Amino acid sequence: MSVDTARAAVPETRRTAARRVSSSLSARPRARLALLLAAPLTWLVLVYVVALAALLVSALWTVDSFTGEINRSLTFDNLKEIATESLYRTVTLRTVGVAVLVTVVDVAIALPIAFYMAKLASQRMQRILVIAVLTPLWASYLVKAFAWRSVLSDGGIFQWAASRIGLDTPGYGLTAVVITQAYIWLPYVILPIFAGLERVPNSLLDASGDLGASTWQTMRTIVLPMLTPAIIAGSIFSFSLTLGDYITVNIVGGANQMLGNLVYTNVGAANNLPLAAAIALIPIVIMIGYLTAVRRTGALENL
Amino acid sequence: MRITTRKRRAAGAILASSALVVLAACGGSDSGSSGKAVDKLGKTEGKVSILAWPGYVEDGSNDPKVDWVSAFEDKTKCQVTSKTYGTSDEAFNLAKTGDYDVVVASGDLTARMVASKEAAEVNTDLIPNYAKVYDFLKDQDWNTFDGKHYGVPHGYGANLLMYNEDEVSPAPTSWSAVFDPAEMAKYKGKITSYDSPIYIADAALYLMKHQPDLKIENPYALDEKQFNAAVDLLKGQRKNVGEYWSDYLKEISAFETGDSVLGTTWQVIVNSVEKAKVKAILPEEGATGWSDTWMISSKAKHPNCAYKWLDYIESPKANAQATEYFGEAPNSAEACDFASDPSFCDTYKAGDKDFASKLWYWRTPVAECLDGRKDVKCMDYSEWTKAWTEIKG
Repeated sequence: MSVDTARAAVPETRRTAARRVSSSLSARPRARLALLLAAPLTWLVLVYVVALAALLVSALWTVDSFTGEINRSLTFDNLKEIATESLYRTVTLRTVGVAVLVTVVDVAIALPIAFYMAKLASQRMQRILVIAVLTPLWASYLVKAFAWRSVLSDGGIFQWAASRIGLDTPGYGLTAVVITQAYIWLPYVILPIFAGLERVPNSLLDASGDLGASTWQTMRTIVLPMLTPAIIAGSIFSFSLTLGDYITVNIVGGANQMLGNLVYTNVGAANNLPLAAAIALIPIVIMIGYLTAVRRTGALENL
Repeated sequence: MRITTRKRRAAGAILASSALVVLAACGGSDSGSSGKAVDKLGKTEGKVSILAWPGYVEDGSNDPKVDWVSAFEDKTKCQVTSKTYGTSDEAFNLAKTGDYDVVVASGDLTARMVASKEAAEVNTDLIPNYAKVYDFLKDQDWNTFDGKHYGVPHGYGANLLMYNEDEVSPAPTSWSAVFDPAEMAKYKGKITSYDSPIYIADAALYLMKHQPDLKIENPYALDEKQFNAAVDLLKGQRKNVGEYWSDYLKEISAFETGDSVLGTTWQVIVNSVEKAKVKAILPEEGATGWSDTWMISSKAKHPNCAYKWLDYIESPKANAQATEYFGEAPNSAEACDFASDPSFCDTYKAGDKDFASKLWYWRTPVAECLDGRKDVKCMDYSEWTKAWTEIKG
C-alpha cells in the first residue's frame, strides 16, 4: 500500500474561543496592555491611593467624644490642632530624632560588616554570614522586643555585663528604644549595602591601589560614591520603619510616646479616628520630604 | 518605555479622583436598635461571646485551678468565647464592633455604652439571681438610666497603691507617695501609673483631700481650674514615672524585675506577682475604684445565651469565684459563703458601707457636672483624653 504524500496536509487549526481571543489580541496591542495591567493597577489603586485618600479625608472629620459617633462634615480643626499644639511638635521631633539615631547606628554597624562580607570573607564565610544576618528575621518582632525588655531590665544581662566596665543599664527609655530598633532593623540595612558592595568590581580597588591611593582614599573616592545609593536604600528602611513604630516604645520606651503611640491611643483609647488620621499624616509628609530629598541626589536612579 | 511627566500627572489625577468617587460611595449608615428589653427567653443559641476585664471569664486555660466557665458550658450548652481588655476605652471600641454578646463594663463606660446605643435594656426578671444582689449596688447611676436597667452588678473594688516591701520604706500610707514631689523623688523612675485618662481622677482625689481650697467635691466633676490643677499634678508626676501600664501583665513583670517599685494597682496584680515581695494598701485619702456591670450588646447575636450567662455570673457561687480571683468585693452577701478563703468578704469589705464611702467609682466625666453644680461647665471625657496625651508628653 502506498501513501499519498501529496494529500497528507497539515490539519487545519481548530477555531476555539481561546484562539479567537488570542488572535484578536495580537492585533490590538492597547487592549493587550490594558488587560495585563488591570489587575495590578486595581490593586495599587485600592490599597495605596484609596487608602491614602481615605486617610486624608478622615483627617478632616471629627468625632463626638461621648457617643463615639463620627461627624462627617469637613473641618480643618484636626490639622490645625496638630500644627499648633506643642505636644505634636515635641513628639514629632522626638520620633524623628530616634529614627535618625537608629539609622546612623545601623549604617555605622552595617558598613564594616557588609564590607567584610562582600570583599574579604571567603565564599563559605560569606554564605554563613548572610544566613547569620537573615536569621533574626525569622523570629517574631514581639519576641525580639520583649527579649530586649528583659535584657535591659533592672538586674538584667545588660546591667550585669555593663557593671564590669563601670556602666549601668540605660533602663527603659529612648536609649533603650534606639538600641532595640537598631537591632531589629539592622538586617534591612546590611543587605542592600552588601548587595551594593558586591557590585563594586575588585579591579577598581586594585587599580586605585596600583595608582598609589591609600586605603582611605580608595574608600572615600571609589567605594563610598558607588555605595551611596545602597546606603540610602538601607536608610529608607530603618528610618521609615522606626518612624511608624509604636510597639517597641510601648515595651522598652518607659513613659515615652512616639508618633505611632499617639495614633495608637487615638484609635484605641480616645476613639478619635479623625485625629489619629491627622497625626498619621505627619510621618507620611516626613517620608515624602525625605524621598524627595533623596531623589534630588539621584540615588534612586542607581538602585 | 518612557512616560512623559504630563501623562504621569494625568494618570495621578485620574487615580486620585477615582479614589474620591469610591470614598463618596462608602457613606456611613446608622443602625438603630429597638432598645426594648425582651419579655421571655427563647432557645439558647449554643454559644456566647464575652468581652471582659482580665480574670473575669476564666475557663482554666490561664490557670487550671481557676475555672467557672466550664460549669456554665456544661449546664447551658452555650460555648463561651471571651476577649479581655485593658482600659474602658479599649472595651468601648471593641464593643462597637458588635462581635460581643456580653460586655462587662465599669462605671466610666456604661454611660457611653447606653448613649451610643451599644447596650440593650436588660429585663432583670429573667435573671433570677438578681434578687440576691446587694441593694446598694442596684439602681445606681452607672447601671440604671431613665429608670431602665442596662445591666446587672458584678462586684466592686478599689485602685490600690502597691509597693515593693524590700525597696520602699517607710511603708506608704497616703497617695502622696506618688504625688508629692519630695516623696516621689526617692523612687524616681521606678513609679508606675495606670495608662488611661481616667487616672486624672486619682490626682483629683488627692487634691480633694490635700488642697481643700480647690473645692473638689467629686473627682469626676472637675471644672477648668480644678482640672488644670490635677493635670499639673500629673505632669509633675510624669517626671518620676518609669512607665505607664494598662496591660496588667506588663505591670506584673515590671514589679517582678524591680523596674517598678511603687504605683497604682489592682488586687489581682498583687496576687499574681510572685518574684517580688509586694504589698497593696488602701491609702488614707480613699481611692478611685470600680463597680462593674454585666451588659448585653444591642447587637447581640446570641441574646438567650447572654441572659443565661448574666444569670450564671450573678449566682453567688460563680460570682464568688470570679470576684475572689480578681480581688474585689462580690455582689451579694450570699457569695461570701462560697469563697475559698473564709475571710474573703472581710478582706474586700463586702457590704461595708464605710469602706464603700471611701471609694469613688469610675464614672464618665461629662460637661454637665456630676456633682450637681449648675453654674460651671465641667471638663468632659474628650478633654480628659486630650489632656492625658499631653501629660505623657
